[in-house]
Amino acid sequence: MQDFATKEVTTDLLIIGGGMAASGAAVEAAYWAKKHGQKVVLVDKAAFDRSGAVAMGLSAINQYVGENTPIDYLSYVQQDLMGLCRQDLVMDIARHVNGTVHMFEGFGLPIWKDPDGQYVHEGRWQLMINGESYKLIVAEAAKNSMATLGEDGEIIERVFVHELLLDKNDKNRVAGAVGFSVREPYEFYVFKAKAVLVAAGGAVHVFRPRSTGEGLGRAWYPPWNAGSSSALMQKAGAEMTSQEVIFIPARYKDGYGPVGAWFLLFKAAATTASGVNYMAEGLKEGGELHNWAPYGKVKPIPTCLRNHLMMQRVYMEGDGPILMHTDKAIEKIASEAPDEKTKKRKLKELESEAWEDFLDMTISQAMLWASKNIYPEKGPSEIIPSEPYFIGSHSGASGAWCSGPEDLQDDTSKSEYFWGYNRMSTVKGLFAAGDGVGVSSHKFSSGSFTEGRIAAKAAIKFCVENPDMPEVDQAKVDELKVKTYAPLKLYEDTKDYAVGEPHKGYYYSEDINPNWIDPKMLMFRIQKIMDEYAGGWGTQYTCSATTLNIALDLLKYVREDLDKVAARDIHELLRYWENSHRLLTAEAHVRHKLFREETRWPGYYYRADFPKLDEENWGNVFVNSRYDVEANEWEMIKRPIIRFVKIEKVVGM
Amino acid sequence: MPSYVITEKCDGCKGQDKTACMYICPNDLMVLDTERMKAYNREPAMCWECYNCVKICPQQAIDVRGYADFMPLGASVVPLRGSEDIMWTVKFRDGNVKRFKFPIRTTGEGSAPPDGGFGFGPGTLDDQLLATEPASLKADKLWTLGD
Repeated sequence: MQDFATKEVTTDLLIIGGGMAASGAAVEAAYWAKKHGQKVVLVDKAAFDRSGAVAMGLSAINQYVGENTPIDYLSYVQQDLMGLCRQDLVMDIARHVNGTVHMFEGFGLPIWKDPDGQYVHEGRWQLMINGESYKLIVAEAAKNSMATLGEDGEIIERVFVHELLLDKNDKNRVAGAVGFSVREPYEFYVFKAKAVLVAAGGAVHVFRPRSTGEGLGRAWYPPWNAGSSSALMQKAGAEMTSQEVIFIPARYKDGYGPVGAWFLLFKAAATTASGVNYMAEGLKEGGELHNWAPYGKVKPIPTCLRNHLMMQRVYMEGDGPILMHTDKAIEKIASEAPDEKTKKRKLKELESEAWEDFLDMTISQAMLWASKNIYPEKGPSEIIPSEPYFIGSHSGASGAWCSGPEDLQDDTSKSEYFWGYNRMSTVKGLFAAGDGVGVSSHKFSSGSFTEGRIAAKAAIKFCVENPDMPEVDQAKVDELKVKTYAPLKLYEDTKDYAVGEPHKGYYYSEDINPNWIDPKMLMFRIQKIMDEYAGGWGTQYTCSATTLNIALDLLKYVREDLDKVAARDIHELLRYWENSHRLLTAEAHVRHKLFREETRWPGYYYRADFPKLDEENWGNVFVNSRYDVEANEWEMIKRPIIRFVKIEKVVGM
Repeated sequence: MPSYVITEKCDGCKGQDKTACMYICPNDLMVLDTERMKAYNREPAMCWECYNCVKICPQQAIDVRGYADFMPLGASVVPLRGSEDIMWTVKFRDGNVKRFKFPIRTTGEGSAPPDGGFGFGPGTLDDQLLATEPASLKADKLWTLGD
């Protein structure tokens, strides 16, 4: 095996990630760092221009508060998550997010305007954009911001960070991180920093996807989201929250194209195959939603409950598939035109808007419609609930347990939710943003950028107020370096044991070797366990203490087999480390699901042994966890949900 | 097969140390075969069909064949991305063709200003104001409890 040189990078603030939250962090950090003589390094595993969840583009900005108040936004988020949210975190983003959107417009992002120059809303909180280059434009502003720091601002691309470093003298203080480059020259990176901000995305492919072949990559959230935010922080001993709250988007079948514009902008209705308006039926007196009070009785219907109504009809009654009536929506809009000429123009506009919705953010869905000769004006299209995703920025809630802002608290919440620096985790100097922060849901792209800004300012403040560089344990770094490349060594040492003919058949005979499995099989093992025992689509999202304990037993074998995973090259080494992050995300998820003995989010998952909402025992607590990596032990913790702002009225979408 | 490279059109970005597609792919999929001087997608089942390689290729040598486990053959979606807008050609299996053109940005390439044009405000490390606030909020002050 080749020798890998070690490259050392010393900085004040290290930002890990390159998506929307990391971009916001870079824009903001550079300003404060310049003012206070601090250095900032951003490390991205891909190319900053097109990394993260917005790499393809987006057709809407989903959080813009406009003239509404942060409390209005909070009312919507708290309702959607069945009561689970940190009010301080949600209001904090909501009060800053308008500024972010206005800045995006200033960067050059085209936001749709009406003839009066006002933003075109898809819904109350959502704005329509021409978002093909959304990420590129935002990254460009971040690069330009970092450039103002001169030598004190550095962006490092194609380096994957897989482990954080702790202070040799204080195990609850971050000291940096290690990673490796996936481009030549292949080097081992040691980052030494006073503060680290993790914005490395959510997790995809922890659960088995619905596709059966090369469509594996067509996840709704991008496949490069490997659970790194969560795994990096959990391994560093940070307290994590709500890892049980995954998100199941119901989207156009197979392509997972967006439905937001169809529901909100074009006002399309979804029904069962036989034409039942399952949402209206659920809302009626005596309907299913009333079994999920108080949240089921209030509009807007929470996302999980909309899924639940759909699943009941499809799984229990066999009245599937669920159909989005695109044709009727288009017909209705056209029929409202005063004359033929306006109607023709309106239809042309609609067609363009509908296709842009896909082409901006889910090009595969356009390809799928074209390949199946689907014309939205001619007939309905199938929608389906997907596999589970870890995405704290959307209608999920998983992530790190972080301090909130000092001013958005009452006395009780301040003692529980504030410890000095906004968005700092329970590990000193370790900050998070975007999918990295839990119970701060519905921030989407604009809110993630905003949270990156908030966290970065606080992280620079931390660097200024804690000027001593933590000490990195060189013995630990040496140990990590050996561990980093061990899968390459294993392959080199044992590859000739079995006769292999590469690249033929479904699986290559070269893959079959008693000394190891490859990173792809590591992922498939995790996915199969999670799907069958932890509530994936294969079991109709249902699990119990029995099945979850089986999952834990099986995941334990996977952990034991981790040092039997081989990598043929640096690309596979990247996959190995990504999948090791998926494994930890999976373990945390199962433990959280097991601990919360109720079904709070039907339509996301069902605890068959506790099939109801249990407000008394679980309605006012967050489920948190802490992992002790040395002892391989987990501590489960209940933290109170303090709702210091009383919601008078839920403001809808 | 998600994205694939057309042998005849790919010139390996003329022997530079990395190809455009290899540079941009968010999932580390595109790689240059230095013997043939052709790029290829080394792990198609991990391709999101984000089209970033297709959009960036200077030779228009990259196309996408839809995921074969659920897409019938015969359709194509082809972008042509300029500095201000993008043109899409969507070809249906039945032969129908639709064309769309959408703007992609309102500022010149490379010019995105870090302050979004709002300048920097009076905030300090000890308050809640972010760098461009309150101007970027288009409000007099930042909201807090009691407002």
